Amino acid sequence: MSTLPDSYKQYPMRREGYDHDLYEWSNIHTRAPFQWPEGKSVAVFLCVSLEWFPITPDGPFKAPGHMVTPYPDYRHYTARDYGNRIGIWRMLDAFKGAGVTASFAVNAAIAERYPELIEAIQADGHEIIAHSTDMNGTIDASLGEEAERALISDAMARLEKATGARPKGWLSIARQQSFHTLELLKEAGLSYCCDWVNDELPYKFNNGMTALPLNHELSDRQIITVQQKSADSWGESMRDAFDWLAKEAKAQKSARILPVHLTPYIMGLPYRIGALEELLADLRARSEAWFASGDEIVTQWKAQQ
Amino acid sequence: MQQNSADPGLYDYVPYRGRKKIVWPEGKTCAVWVAPNLEYYEIDPPIHPKRNPWPHPAPSVVGYSHRDHSNRVSHWRMADVMSRHGFPGSVSLSVALCQHHPEVVADGVARGWEFFSHGIYNTRYSYDMTEAQERSIIEDSIKTVQDATGQRIRGWLAPALTHTTRTLDLLAEYEFDYTCDLYHDDQVQEVKVASNGLASIPYSLEVNDHYGFFVYNMSGREYADTLVRQYERLAKEGEQSGTVMCIPLHAYLIGQPHRIGPFEEALEHIAKDGRAWLARSGDIVDAWRAQQ
Repeated sequence: MSTLPDSYKQYPMRREGYDHDLYEWSNIHTRAPFQWPEGKSVAVFLCVSLEWFPITPDGPFKAPGHMVTPYPDYRHYTARDYGNRIGIWRMLDAFKGAGVTASFAVNAAIAERYPELIEAIQADGHEIIAHSTDMNGTIDASLGEEAERALISDAMARLEKATGARPKGWLSIARQQSFHTLELLKEAGLSYCCDWVNDELPYKFNNGMTALPLNHELSDRQIITVQQKSADSWGESMRDAFDWLAKEAKAQKSARILPVHLTPYIMGLPYRIGALEELLADLRARSEAWFASGDEIVTQWKAQQ
Repeated sequence: MQQNSADPGLYDYVPYRGRKKIVWPEGKTCAVWVAPNLEYYEIDPPIHPKRNPWPHPAPSVVGYSHRDHSNRVSHWRMADVMSRHGFPGSVSLSVALCQHHPEVVADGVARGWEFFSHGIYNTRYSYDMTEAQERSIIEDSIKTVQDATGQRIRGWLAPALTHTTRTLDLLAEYEFDYTCDLYHDDQVQEVKVASNGLASIPYSLEVNDHYGFFVYNMSGREYADTLVRQYERLAKEGEQSGTVMCIPLHAYLIGQPHRIGPFEEALEHIAKDGRAWLARSGDIVDAWRAQQ
């Protein structure tokens, strides 16, 4: 039998606080109360990922939803692009119908390839968040700092050129980072990042950037694709979440966020889009709900810190 | 256990039919204990040759931050729901949490919860430890929890459910009263150990929230319904001889906003039913031991 080196039971980072220096510990339930505009207590943060999957997968790891079969994988290439051709237009109509604004986490390749889509998103007053270059643009520690800097910088330059503005927010593919990512995002001029799912309100990273947690457990990908639930079960979970958050916000006289992370090729299908439309109508009717983009949420939160 | 034997020799076969009657206090038929796992997962742990805790090279952002949700948000959400319906916690504790986030541990102490060890970190695995290494994590656990809570730990749930062939004998030698690592029964049972004695208390993988959400892919409401069904059956069978139901939890799972509401309804159902003894793990083992 092999044995473990004694270093395996040494714990150099066993100390008060975290075993890293990226952000400080804090208990959400004892923070100073604050409110969203007009006394609303639950911000509904709709975030749509716009993803272009090259039919030639590459990068440090394979993004969720990427090609599956041996090359050429027409099945997944086209089924993902369905979201960008059809599903997203259903979602834009649903948002317009409900009178709500959203944030769109956009691959640079989407902005370059589908200008009609960017124009429609901007015309409806939605926000654009940076979401890497394309779905090969994954980040992890194996990428290396220089390559990661180049990737982030390339994504930002291309998004700025194609959309006319530099995004303030960033979402990594699969929310995966390296230990350099937060510094590199700051260097690229970004002010907030949605990757860390440890909280339900914004908080500060130690480098000055803001965390805007985008709960992966409430995403359509997690509930429908991973856990294989129906769109109605997803809607039920979202309503249960909203009810709880509204109750908790009231009890603590403070505010909460319901993050609704959507994927056009998942929720934009003909038999699922109705569940999104019904949810939007229900939440729209709730007196506690404030529909806001990521930037609006971060701005409001910052103003009250 | 018997090393290198096909039957590890952990316990005797005891048929469910015809067992001696166990009676819980006040004639309750099912002892229900809630086991919150208060854990700390390291962001960049040394990698054990037999198991890597994370899917990506460090940092695995979703894996780490999902678990961190417990210690910033969902611990208190879960604990308040338990307290509201009269359920004490019996904590499966990554004991290094006493150093990292003493506020979370102190909250459990203030609620009158019992603590037992779940290893130093849930990212350190016991496979292949030498006896000296294993003794050191047991002694570290006893001392760390004693210093943080004033409690001498009585129970063990192996870190990330990783064992050696000597773990149970060592626990008995250090005068632990129970292990949560054996899943062979719905009642407390005797474990065969080299010295002293050791009880196995039913923990549960099947109604563990992790299994509910990530093995069986249940919605929050389906999981709550599962708990009620599990309870109803065990409370009924407990008329013959007292049964045990454990509800093992992870705040970062059960304390998500879409799950906690239905979970509270399940707890309310069990608390109001009248047949449940809402107890801590050590109390259940004591009541069983007194009837042997």
